[in-house]
Formats: sequence, C-alpha cells, structure tokens
Amino acid sequence: MIYDIEFETLPREALAAIQLRRLKATLERVYATVPFYRNRFEAAGITPNDIHSFEDFQNLPFTTKQDLRDNYPFGMFAVPMDNVVRIHASSGTTGKPTVVGYTARDIDTWAKLMARALTAGGATSRDIIHNAYGYGLFTGGLGAHYGAEKLGASVIPVSGGNTKRQVVIMRDFGPTILTSTPSYALHLAEVAEEMGVSFEKLKFRYGIFGAEPWSEQMRQEIERKLHLTAVDIYGLSEVIGPGVAIECHEAQNGLHIFEDHFIPEIIDPVTGKVLPYGETGELVFTSITKEAFPVIRYRTRDITSLNPEPCICGRTLLRMNKISGRTDDMLIIRGVNVFPSQIESVLMEIEGIEPHYQLIVDRADNLDTLTVHVEVSERNFSDEVKVLQQLEKKISYSIKEYLGVSAKVKLVEPKAIARSEGKAVRVIDKRKI
Amino acid sequence: MHVKQISVFLENKAGRLSEVTAILSEAKINIRALSVADTSDFGVLRLIVNDNQKALEALKNNGFSVGVTDVVAIEVADRPGGLHQILDLLHNAQINVEYMYAFVQQNGNHAVMIFRFDHIDEAVKLLEQNGLTVIDGAKVYTM
Repeated sequence: MIYDIEFETLPREALAAIQLRRLKATLERVYATVPFYRNRFEAAGITPNDIHSFEDFQNLPFTTKQDLRDNYPFGMFAVPMDNVVRIHASSGTTGKPTVVGYTARDIDTWAKLMARALTAGGATSRDIIHNAYGYGLFTGGLGAHYGAEKLGASVIPVSGGNTKRQVVIMRDFGPTILTSTPSYALHLAEVAEEMGVSFEKLKFRYGIFGAEPWSEQMRQEIERKLHLTAVDIYGLSEVIGPGVAIECHEAQNGLHIFEDHFIPEIIDPVTGKVLPYGETGELVFTSITKEAFPVIRYRTRDITSLNPEPCICGRTLLRMNKISGRTDDMLIIRGVNVFPSQIESVLMEIEGIEPHYQLIVDRADNLDTLTVHVEVSERNFSDEVKVLQQLEKKISYSIKEYLGVSAKVKLVEPKAIARSEGKAVRVIDKRKI
Repeated sequence: MHVKQISVFLENKAGRLSEVTAILSEAKINIRALSVADTSDFGVLRLIVNDNQKALEALKNNGFSVGVTDVVAIEVADRPGGLHQILDLLHNAQINVEYMYAFVQQNGNHAVMIFRFDHIDEAVKLLEQNGLTVIDGAKVYTM
C-alpha cells in the first residue's frame, strides 16, 4: 500500500521540478528571516537569486550540528514564536541540546510523512499500533503517534519503559504493529519469554524500528524472535524527526527518502565534495517544506549511500542504504580516515571471527597507534600458540591491506569487551591532543 | 588410545590462572598434568584432567574459550637418553612434535610424557613398532 500515491510515485522529472520550486522558496525565506543563513550566504557571496539549478545549490555552505548549538535555543527559527506550536530537543549528551520548532502546518506535514512511513512499513487504518518510542522531548514517540492517528489506526501510547506492563498490554490488547527502537524490541522479546508470553501467539504483523543504527543480522534476530516483518525507519529531529525515510516492507532493501520534502546529498566528509549515487559518504539534508525550522545542507554525520534503482513497491523515491556508521566515529590514524564499521567488515571477512571487537587508539612518541582487541571464540581458538599468533597476523595484514593503516591485533578472552544495553563502545581514544 | 587434552585461552592478567584452578577445584576435578604456553599478550593453558566432560562444562559456563585436542601419553625410560631415543625416532620419520610436557606421576619405573604431534596416527604406529608403550586415555585420566 502507498499512502500518498501521487507524491510517492512521481516521475523523476516532475519530482525535480517540484523540489527546485520548493527549494527556491525555502532559500528566500531563510535568507529573509534567519540571520545565521543570511550571514552564511553573504560570506559565500551567494543570494537566493543565484540559485537556478541543483548545481548552483551545491555551492551553498553546509550547516552543522555546531551551528545549531551556537544558535541555541531558538536562533535558527524562521517564524515568530507566536507561530510555533511545538518544541522538541535532542538529549544533548554530547553538548548543548539541539532545539527544534514546528508550526501547526509543520506538525501536519510530519504526521502525513509518518502516515506514509507507517503504510510503507505494512500498517493500515485497521491496525493497532503499540508505540514504544519514548514520548517527550525526543521526537520518536509523538512523531509515530501523530502519524498513526493521521493514518486512522488505533495507537497505544505506551512509550518506553515498564516492560512487563508492555508485555501484558501486548498480550491483552492484541496490537498488530510494533514501533520501537530495535534494541528495545529485543528486550521486549526477552522479558516476554521470562513471563511465559510467546510472541508466536501475539498478533504482531510488522515492526517499524529506528532511532539507532542496526544491522541485517539484528533484523533477522528480531524477525525470528518476534515473529513479525521488521523494517527500518530513519529520521532526525534537526530534519523533522522520524519519517524522513522508510524501508518498504515489500523489498526490505533500503529506505525511501521523502524527496518531495527533503533533498538528500552524499558528500565526502573530509572534502565536502558531492558524491555520485552508489558512493558511500556523509548524508546531507535540505528541508524544502518546513516553516519553523528549515535546514539548508545539514550534515547528519550519518554514513550511507543512495540507490536510484526502481523499487518493486512502486515508489519512485530514491533509497538510502542502512546507516553504516557515523562520521563522529571517524578516527584519523596517522592521517588515514578509519571508521570502526570498516574494521568490522574486515573482521567479518575472516573465518571464525565474532563481531566483538574494540579499537584502542593511543599515541607513542608522537605517533598514533591502533590496537584492535578481538575476542577469541570456540571457532577460532587453538591449543597451539603459533596458530593464534597467525590469526593475529592475518587480521593485522587484512586491516593494513584494506584500510592502509597498521594495527596491532590483540586476542582477548570471550566477553572481555563489555556488552552494553544500547550501543557497544567500539573505540577508546587515549590520545591527548 | 589417544588422550583428550583440554586447552584454555587466557589473557596475560594477574590472577587469571588461579580463576581456572578455582573453577576446577569447585567442580571437584583433579588435574593430572598441565603446561602453559605464553606470549606477551596471552597464554594457552593445556590440561589433562580426570573428568573431561565436567571440566569442559565448568570452564565454558564460566565464559572461557575452551578446546579439546587429541594428544598421546608415552612411557619414557627413566634413564639418560630415554627421551632422546623417542625424539630421534620421530625426527628420522619427519614427524613434528608441536609441543610436549611431563606427567607428574610415574608409571611403574617409567616417566610419562604428553606429546602433541602434527601426524598423530603415524607417530603412534612408529613408536609402538619400536617397542615404546603408548598409554591408553582411560588409564591416564585415573593414573
């Protein structure tokens, strides 16, 4: 099913025309109402009147998370506070929180986008949606909630936490769609099992999971344990919240970006150069319909690539691949850019290696050192020291070959690398710079 | 014929070995022989115990990486040249000894040594043909 058949299946040329028209209107508006954008454009010697094409658009400066922080709390708003009906904010664990605002029309746009997303993920107006995204300043809970209501489904605003009560609700209310973070979905499965509640007997058909990166292996685990079809949803509060992009349940292969509202680009995170379709780099978004909080060429710090191939679901919208990492995680080791996800790929290529690893970066005699801790498992353990040393050498050689950086590999005992509830700590950077 | 040896991966950290012996002691397992091979980062502990199954379970349940390897227990004449006779035979037949270590207990007048060969069956055949005694696993565990 497609919620907005007209806009989700536009011919590409028609879509481009709409994008350009909306882009120009947005640029004119931010130039007139947000001092930050006016100053940036002027510093780059560009006015909205100079933008006639997507090529011109690529000359505009980027906006970063730091820019949003510098304009804390409301400096980036493009409308008077009178017109703002909702405020959300990021958690701010790595600095000042990022504050975003919505007009009444923005809230309606967002609800429609989430209704599209839920539909792509398998939901219909007849479904009961168990919404376990947190409600509050975080955009997840309310975003999914408004979308579910817009779609006409029945929404259970259960929010996060109190997991045992959630299991009782799932058993008694018979929800058919689960919306939560993927890690919370697995937690629900564990708690249900402890309580003797079998997901096989529950009525879930589809699960729409996002707000954190998750792997294909994790999808398989969720589908097996929760007996549902799992799709990935993407969004970030700076752009609008959840509902920027969604995987269709038909293909489960990449997330359709709602390009009639957001223009995606992939750039080289170091040079800022725009990369062609298929190449991996940092995802950048420009919102072209938002009123209260438009963003121009906002660097998401998420690493992915764009896929222009037609999809079996009928949508003509570009697909972005699953997020493979964050530029925040990028390490520069002796001048070489290294992402933990690249090391992970190298490790997964080697027979018998488990995806439990940690990178320790340090500096000795003014030179960066990289040590990769890899857990020994039943599958790669040997009673012979030389075999284990060969394994270390093989990993080290592969890292050097694929990434061009020398690494010392150290085998550690199983479970030596701490497992966390949420994201594993992959990098310990001890360098004092 | 072969003896089952348990090997355990250990990081080079203070107290790690004593954790293994504590686990085995709690499981009432008797260690018959052992050796440790180490590098600067890690070590491999090799054990012959009286109850392989119980030892494996206890160690695995405590999160250790554990392996099982076939090794051979051989009687070595307790006199000068006793070990040399064996190694010489193996060398001439081009059979590699990956490692070896001594058993605590004697078998009658003989010392007992544990050998890990690259070609175990050839090695056993060669030694027996030359009149050496290869001790059965079942006997080794309770010797």
